[in-house]
Amino acid sequence: MAIFVNGVIFEGVDTSDPNCWRLDAYMARGGYQALKSILSAKMPQEDVIAEVKGSGLRGRGGAGFPTGLKWSFMPRSFPGDKYVVCNTDEGEPGTFKDRDIIVFNPHALIEGMIIAGYAMGAKAGYNYIHGEIFEAYELFEAALDEARKAGFLGENILGSGFNFDLFAHHGYGAYICGEETALLESLEGKKGQPRFKPPFPASFGLYGKPTTINNTESFASVPFIIKDGAQKFLELGKPNNGGTKLFSISGHVNRPGNYEIPLGTPFSELLEMAGGMKGGKLKAVIPGGSSAPVLPADIMMQCTMDYDSISKAGSMLGSGAVIVMNEHVCMVKALERLAYFYHEESCGQCTPCREGTGWLYRVIHRILNGEGRPGDLELLDSVGNNMAGRTICALADAAVFPVRSFTKHFRNEFEYLIEHKKPLVNHKWC
Amino acid sequence: MLSAESLALIDRELAKYPADQRRSAVMGALRIAQQEKGWLATETIEFVANYIGIAPVAAYEVASFYNMYNLKPVGKYKLTVCTNLPCALSGGVNAAEYLSKKLGIGLGETTADGKYTLLEGECMGACGDAPVLLVNNHKMCSFMTPEAIDKKLAELE
Repeated sequence: MAIFVNGVIFEGVDTSDPNCWRLDAYMARGGYQALKSILSAKMPQEDVIAEVKGSGLRGRGGAGFPTGLKWSFMPRSFPGDKYVVCNTDEGEPGTFKDRDIIVFNPHALIEGMIIAGYAMGAKAGYNYIHGEIFEAYELFEAALDEARKAGFLGENILGSGFNFDLFAHHGYGAYICGEETALLESLEGKKGQPRFKPPFPASFGLYGKPTTINNTESFASVPFIIKDGAQKFLELGKPNNGGTKLFSISGHVNRPGNYEIPLGTPFSELLEMAGGMKGGKLKAVIPGGSSAPVLPADIMMQCTMDYDSISKAGSMLGSGAVIVMNEHVCMVKALERLAYFYHEESCGQCTPCREGTGWLYRVIHRILNGEGRPGDLELLDSVGNNMAGRTICALADAAVFPVRSFTKHFRNEFEYLIEHKKPLVNHKWC
Repeated sequence: MLSAESLALIDRELAKYPADQRRSAVMGALRIAQQEKGWLATETIEFVANYIGIAPVAAYEVASFYNMYNLKPVGKYKLTVCTNLPCALSGGVNAAEYLSKKLGIGLGETTADGKYTLLEGECMGACGDAPVLLVNNHKMCSFMTPEAIDKKLAELE
């Protein structure tokens, strides 16, 4: 199910129409005009990058790094092959926006990637798609076939002399492959274990060649930016937070789904759009995917949905995955489930993460089961401090953020369970 | 070892990558092999490795790292339910418990008649559609209330 209010990527897309993803439907919505205008005007590469920079577009996958700036890191004069790679390996609990992009509007992504390939002088691109959404992968391959047949991909695109091809690659069940260098390893046919950085992908990426990796939503925003202008995109959001953003709302709301709204929209409005609370009063929200620190209701209700406001409140906008919990959720139980996830998904490469995620899970598990010991909260702190910032990638940090924030904001529930061997909140999932 | 159809599909995967990067196709090739065989026996993994032209251990490493590959035989229908936090808040855990009771097996087990294997899964990227159930890795079923589960099981022959 998908619900779209308005915005950039889903403007004019009738998601109830089973053919809305097709090339002719996309063309009728003005699709591929941005690419055509770039190619017919022989727009200089740096002008394309300047336009993306000017839009204020920040990476929609979680880190929020400025997309145009990232593109400018690609060595312009490099003589060999270069690549653009799209990260549709969406496995951050709570996030389900990229699936809807490739299911309902795949050509926006394809066009965005072709433009990126042109701007950075790449010869080919790959879209790495989460294995669990295999039907979406098959549909994306069908969209690629359409684009190839119409002359938007391949040799001498639209007679311009520009060559670029694009392929889909699927994952097969590994959260870690959402980390960009693990994704590259996986794309090379290896275990998805993150690489040490530097070197960064812009100098040593796929097959050792300069590579830029962006999130699905970032690439899919590019046609709008080129066609309607950086300024218009920027004005949709607020300064330093340009554009609209897809928010995936899950948990205790009446209408879970995706909402594309201007950055800076108050959280209270978003909650209302999602049909309001289900089953009880708002207790807590994880505003940016499971790795983002949880925020209690009173803090969250003061936030607007943009990078700066959420960051000021002590969390992260991340991927825009908003997990809503009502008053019947036992926070120890909720944290235990997340801790299990990180333990299960640690790739095992770095000792602090491989061992630490298991340790965190076991301690939280014993607290939940009434076997907590005095000093367990300090132990969680200590284990977390020995994980965060001490590993090759950020999975360890991602595992520690929820532990720190849950035990900070809802400390009484943990203390009560340790002392009384029973939970303060009579837990009900739904 | 693999059918002509499967080999043709693997060739399509190989064509996506530069000629000197055949290893990139191993994930797709193992998936195709598993679709034909139901699971990946060591001989199947070796066959795929030899077909692509990589060391068998390199293919085995991939098959054992990614959790959607079956390294042991599974039931005719492998049912994977997401029980991660966002799904749990919308009935994911309840769906897993309902299936477990209905099939009379625990998580990670296969029914005696070899028809169903029940697994707990991690995030499938579909939290808005929870409870979510994957049938044999590729078919995603959304909003799996007890009634929807009953209906789905009746469809699976």
